[in-house]
Amino acid sequence: MAHEHKLEIFRGLVKFKSNITKIWGIFTFLSIVTIIEVAFGITKPDFLTDNTFLAMKLLNWIFIILTLVKAYYITWDFMHMRDEVKALRRAVIWTVIFLICYLVLILLIEGDYIFDIYKNGYVKFDF
Amino acid sequence: MEATVAKTDTEEKTWGGGNQPLRASYGKMMMWFFIVSDALTFSGFLASYGFSRFKFVDAWPVADQVFTHFPFLHGVDAPMYYVAFMTFVLIFSSVTMVLAVDAGHKMQQKKVIFYLFLTIIGGAIFVGSQAWEWATFIKGDFGAVETKGGKILQFLDTDGKRVAIRDFAVNIPTEREEHTEKNGVWYESEALAQTTFSYEEVKKGFLANDNLLVRIQYKDEHGHQIVLSRDASIDKIKNDGKLIVEGANLRHNEYGTPLFADFFFFITGFHGFHVFSGVLINIIIFFNVVIGTYERRGSYEMVEKVGLYWHFVDLVWVFVFTFFYLV
Repeated sequence: MAHEHKLEIFRGLVKFKSNITKIWGIFTFLSIVTIIEVAFGITKPDFLTDNTFLAMKLLNWIFIILTLVKAYYITWDFMHMRDEVKALRRAVIWTVIFLICYLVLILLIEGDYIFDIYKNGYVKFDF
Repeated sequence: MEATVAKTDTEEKTWGGGNQPLRASYGKMMMWFFIVSDALTFSGFLASYGFSRFKFVDAWPVADQVFTHFPFLHGVDAPMYYVAFMTFVLIFSSVTMVLAVDAGHKMQQKKVIFYLFLTIIGGAIFVGSQAWEWATFIKGDFGAVETKGGKILQFLDTDGKRVAIRDFAVNIPTEREEHTEKNGVWYESEALAQTTFSYEEVKKGFLANDNLLVRIQYKDEHGHQIVLSRDASIDKIKNDGKLIVEGANLRHNEYGTPLFADFFFFITGFHGFHVFSGVLINIIIFFNVVIGTYERRGSYEMVEKVGLYWHFVDLVWVFVFTFFYLV
């Protein structure tokens, strides 16, 4: 069935000779991303934790974006989503993305609201 | 061209069956949609973690200060290194799994056996590491005092280094009568675990050491937890402290709010259970490969299906790693 693999990553910037070299290439890439994440997690540079963009620390933006990058390459190349037809790809990915975005939005807004109540209202820490 | 025969034209057309618009076999497609539902379960957990964290965003524990241990390195401050190691183990086992799938496509039985074996080993190492991480977290490190309001007070010396309660608590000899069920109101039995020191012993030791300070759960604008002055520390311990907490469980957590421990146990536990069942499924498929089931069947698609599950477990860990240990 899906024996033929698409061997290009980074929008055709890198093209591997075989599926096996592609796997090792992806592994190298994921390792580098993880090492960057861990390095930032241990050092936590001040200018990244003190500055925010859209109410979130720059450091957290970096972590979340790198996580999504890793998730993309795991799904696309390890799980072979790149080789599936467009319909299957969209049925799986967009379903998950829409539902998760909705859930996260609702819950985080609610959590932030309760935080404000605790802080500005007359409610004890643990009620 | 049989002009006289009426054909309904259904046999080979869209509704005639045998049509695969997604070009995936039934099993593989259903594995994908199982993964969709499982991804939603995990995102539900992680989103509720985010909800609770946003509720107490100025008092949430910093993961760097919680997970600082590495096996065989006692007393060495090694934040995150072990989790990073676990992440690499899982990514690498994903690599061996995808290599097994690739070998399956080429019908190379020996290679599938070899790579599946490595995958199982990687999964076992990960589950073992997870157990070690749990044990370290449950056992705790420095100990802390819990206040009447349920907040955590930790101890530092004047250089800003953590001090364990066992290092300064004074032993007060007391007789302790064991509480038995028959004497209790409503037949309450004694608490299962007793802390090593009583609150009075820690308080006495704290008052006797002038270089000890209290660190509270709340953070300043840079995200560092606030350290009280000596006077404020004494005031806090004398008036607000209630009991000693050593380690973490579902009710008390020496590192901060108990919710952190609850979510840690629940989410990493659920993920660890997925890894565990993934290892079991891998073992079953491994033996099927060894006895040549898929060789006779002429297709190694089963390896591909469990491979999807295994990669999904890795994918979830990528998110758990970010939201528990990094952010």
